[in-house]
Amino acid sequence: MKKLMLTNEAVARGAWEAGVKVVSSYPGTPSTEITEFCAGYPEMYVEWAPNEKVSAEVAIGAAAAGVRSMCCMKHVGVNVAADPLFTAAYTGVNGGMVLVVADDPAMHSSQNEQDSRFYARSAHVPMLEPADSAEAKEYLKRAFDLSEEYDTPVMLRLTTRSAHSQSYVELADRVEREPKPFVKDIKKWVMMPAAARGRHLVVEKRERELKDKELPEFYKIERRSDKTGIVTLGAVYQYVKEATDASVFKVGMVYPLPVEAIRRFAETVDELIVCEELEPFIENQLKAAGIECRGKDIFGLQGEFSPAFIREKLYGIKAPAPVSDVPGRPPVMCAGCPHRGVFYVLNKLKLNVCGDIGCYTLGANPPLSAVDICVCMGASVGMAHGFDKADSPLKRKTVAVIGDSTFIHSGITNIINAVYNKGTSTTIILDNSITGMTGHQDNPSTGKRITGEATAKLDLEKLCEAIGVQSVRVVDAYDLEAVEKVVREETAREAVSVIIARRPCALLTKSYPPAYSIDPDKCVKCRACLRIGCPAIEFIGGKVRINKELCVGCGVCKGLCRFGAIKEGR
Amino acid sequence: MVDMNVLIVGVGGQGTLLASRVLGAWADIAGKDCKLSEVHGMSQRGGSVVTHVRIGSDIAAPIVSPGEADFVMAFEKLEALRFAYYLKPEGTILINDQEIMPMPVITGAAEYPEDIYGRLAADGKKYISVPALELAETAGTSKAVNTVLIGALAKITGEELETVEEALKRTVKPKLLDVNLAALKAGYDFIK
Repeated sequence: MKKLMLTNEAVARGAWEAGVKVVSSYPGTPSTEITEFCAGYPEMYVEWAPNEKVSAEVAIGAAAAGVRSMCCMKHVGVNVAADPLFTAAYTGVNGGMVLVVADDPAMHSSQNEQDSRFYARSAHVPMLEPADSAEAKEYLKRAFDLSEEYDTPVMLRLTTRSAHSQSYVELADRVEREPKPFVKDIKKWVMMPAAARGRHLVVEKRERELKDKELPEFYKIERRSDKTGIVTLGAVYQYVKEATDASVFKVGMVYPLPVEAIRRFAETVDELIVCEELEPFIENQLKAAGIECRGKDIFGLQGEFSPAFIREKLYGIKAPAPVSDVPGRPPVMCAGCPHRGVFYVLNKLKLNVCGDIGCYTLGANPPLSAVDICVCMGASVGMAHGFDKADSPLKRKTVAVIGDSTFIHSGITNIINAVYNKGTSTTIILDNSITGMTGHQDNPSTGKRITGEATAKLDLEKLCEAIGVQSVRVVDAYDLEAVEKVVREETAREAVSVIIARRPCALLTKSYPPAYSIDPDKCVKCRACLRIGCPAIEFIGGKVRINKELCVGCGVCKGLCRFGAIKEGR
Repeated sequence: MVDMNVLIVGVGGQGTLLASRVLGAWADIAGKDCKLSEVHGMSQRGGSVVTHVRIGSDIAAPIVSPGEADFVMAFEKLEALRFAYYLKPEGTILINDQEIMPMPVITGAAEYPEDIYGRLAADGKKYISVPALELAETAGTSKAVNTVLIGALAKITGEELETVEEALKRTVKPKLLDVNLAALKAGYDFIK
């Protein structure tokens, strides 16, 4: 049976067909849907872990226990999971383990454009990269075979475009597997220096074996021209096929790279070009092997490729360009978003805000303009402590702002650090009871598992108190007066404090109060209400109006109007 | 079903993803090769969103190149103007006749362009304006703008209504099926 499938869904299907038993992941665009689709197969145990390091460790444990396991994450998640990954390459994985990573060229939804292929090389683990949904499913299944055969974690790499594209997939049945026994062996499983030295030799030997084989099933040559040959991979392979008439060497195993096969291919064409997004990962390996080629001098390091981009770079053919004078439409916090009012207050109080990763990073944009620095998951709390310990003039004007899921991901250790080291910083946890940005995943503070089943609910107040935070305050994120009062009090306090601004994500609410409206007789057009940056409040033709299609009746704007012109209902 | 490249554009939350999935199901029923590409994440939050749909045979890239779309389905007028350059010279833009103000306009940093239809016409773009929000509301929900436009696309491309109804049945949640079928027919009948 054939089915049109998102590549992320095909990966989940592949895991099911491959007999995977355990899947543990942390959500991250563009990888999130893999794990969500996995949760639809009752034969697999599937969970959201609090971060990528935990998910990789769970997968390692499950594989050691003898079953096939998988963890999925976005590219920056591998930074978090790198610690267990590098050493699991030494211990090996018994039952078979695959780490699926989705890179984000062009940063559709990310803070950097790092290239996770280098992780495969640094950790000495094989990496496969498919070019469409069908190949994603097949490669994932083969990745598990390789993982068992070579006793190593294997990485499967996607990019935003491949992860979020749909094409046809031929479905197969699940193959159940007998768990392999876990055999006690400290030389293999306990990575103390003496044992690890022995395992490092195993890693080198395994890698050499795989490199020498250059498995032909993971590359494909399409002869079309004797003049130009293009080495490419993943989604870009599809663009090259469409944009050029060159001969193509399609790489499926990104690491170890089939260098000798590419050398033979290079000898059949006049010029060799490497067409790869992000870093010159393949290009530099070919050059190091003495294979003459070009690549990044033509295409550069930035962004996402497309057929039009390749045609322009190779042949100078320019595609039609967009008109330039169209106003942009950046993403915004939704109407009724509980984060909005908090940022309005932070802006009003002119605070220095250390932000974090989530929908609320959008608080940096005008008119809220209330995030001043943002780096990575969990960093807000540590950075605020850094401003504190640097004795910055902004010290008493600094707050960290972090979402509930991000706080659990990697903010907790930062709070422990601040308390332990006698800091005085203030952290605001924007608790909207969900992992929002990635599309509503449950997390330990929601009291529900990925399957929807009820479970223990992490109590953020008790957690902070147990850590030793002197002042833990809870406010309604819609009550701007209360938010302002608490923020003023806590930033003045010479001790670590946590403010939990609580309200569920506006998109979680099932039934809304009626939309608000503007009383034209009372509105003096001062536009104070526009400063909250709600997409439902518009200024058109010199008049303020509330868009009833968008307004969810949160009422936060009402308090901003000194003239009483904003009213409930029509 | 005819072979076509369709670019679906709109504002995050308007249902562009569902629209592309209905087109995918439609292609499947018609026995066509099909590739779709969608972007999730940041762009869901009220930003400009684009979904690519390619229907034909032996398709390579899942994305439509500028100048190669047979249809641009625009769920909002400004987005029609923004993505009109994807259109083939003989292509058509289907436009939901609705304006949604982007944040730079709300804050006064930019003006919403006047006379978008006039500009498209001056640029030689063929367009059809559909009162999709109004038709969707009449059908029972303002959320069915996407389905109205799919109905219009079906009629323009000479498709039988029943085929697209079947695609909708495969894609839409059962409890929302009736309003969506009504919206589909409203869009279909709007095109004369």
